[in-house]
Amino acid sequence: MAKVLVVTSGKGGVGKTTSTAAIGAALAQAGQRVVVIDFDVGLRNLDLVMGAERRVVFDLINVVQGIAKLPQALIRDKRLDNLWLLPASQTKDKDALTEEGVGRIIKELRTNCDWILCDSPAGIERGAMLAMRHADEAIIVTNPEVSSVRDSDRIIGMLDSKTARAEKGERVEKHVLITRYDAARAARGEMITIEDILEILATPLLGIIPESQDVLRASNVGSPVTLNNPASAPARAYLDATKRLLGETVPMLVPSGRKGLMNLLLGRRAA
Amino acid sequence: MSMLRLFSSRRATAPVPSPATAPIARERLQILLAHERGMRGQPDLLMRLREEILAVVSRHVVLDPDKVIVRMERGKHVSTLEVDIELPSGSENAFVPPGDDRRQPGDLRAVPAK
Repeated sequence: MAKVLVVTSGKGGVGKTTSTAAIGAALAQAGQRVVVIDFDVGLRNLDLVMGAERRVVFDLINVVQGIAKLPQALIRDKRLDNLWLLPASQTKDKDALTEEGVGRIIKELRTNCDWILCDSPAGIERGAMLAMRHADEAIIVTNPEVSSVRDSDRIIGMLDSKTARAEKGERVEKHVLITRYDAARAARGEMITIEDILEILATPLLGIIPESQDVLRASNVGSPVTLNNPASAPARAYLDATKRLLGETVPMLVPSGRKGLMNLLLGRRAA
Repeated sequence: MSMLRLFSSRRATAPVPSPATAPIARERLQILLAHERGMRGQPDLLMRLREEILAVVSRHVVLDPDKVIVRMERGKHVSTLEVDIELPSGSENAFVPPGDDRRQPGDLRAVPAK
């Protein structure tokens, strides 16, 4: 039975789509059968980040409306044959996304794969609500910056009250993923610290992704950073985060400053 | 390029560094979020209050649902609930006689024209 994992944040531009692609690919590399779904109707981008933009024929809304069958709309990744993408619609009205339709798709996918990653749109409107609706687990992508932390707190409140699990009295397992972490700025006291973020959000840490050119390079060529340059610092951080999702205990490395790879042990276990 | 980088890194570790702002960020967030978490779910409460007050008052007075405003303000020691209901002019006609069930809450048929 598959696990449904929503990648969400409230705030835009923090790295939801990058993280969905990187973790989706890393899970597939670990042998899991993975489907990534883009919920950002009207502003789809997961197809572009994963390099599948020219292969989109049908989309999420086509499936919801019954115009296409689910297997017709799923795009199989060219690099990993156990990774599929269900793209969002670029043109349709986002009201065409119904709760019932999304529920049907998730139910059908659950029997066929191990992980369903839902890439949430920014905001707290309908699209974001539907992306988290059926989640078993959630990754809250947060930048070390006040507005992002505030929005993450709001999203955590919604995960605890508006999801199908919450309504049944069950809990959604939540993880904070800190992205765009700049060690040099942190060292100068210009960036809210990881300890402070975790204390404020009271949610366990899944990983710390350093700010890096490699992330931009990977999206430029349409390849998840974990596939494009697995040895790069952000890719290793995503690969470690993925291992934690799979239940492994991996020491948390805090990206350090200009000195390079003098990583510190944070002594804090994830999830 | 490398020269520039040399300069910028010099400047970053200049003898008088700007004070760390991260602790201020933390403090502001903690105060703000404590407040926002308390407010969470309140819009729903106000909406329910508004609907129920509207239903009760409409049993006796014909009124415009848009002219019923319910506001809550949270103070440090006292919180207030403010209900502002505007009655239509010529309100003697607006009172629903007892036993008259022709007019339902929110029904504006009997509101006299200005």
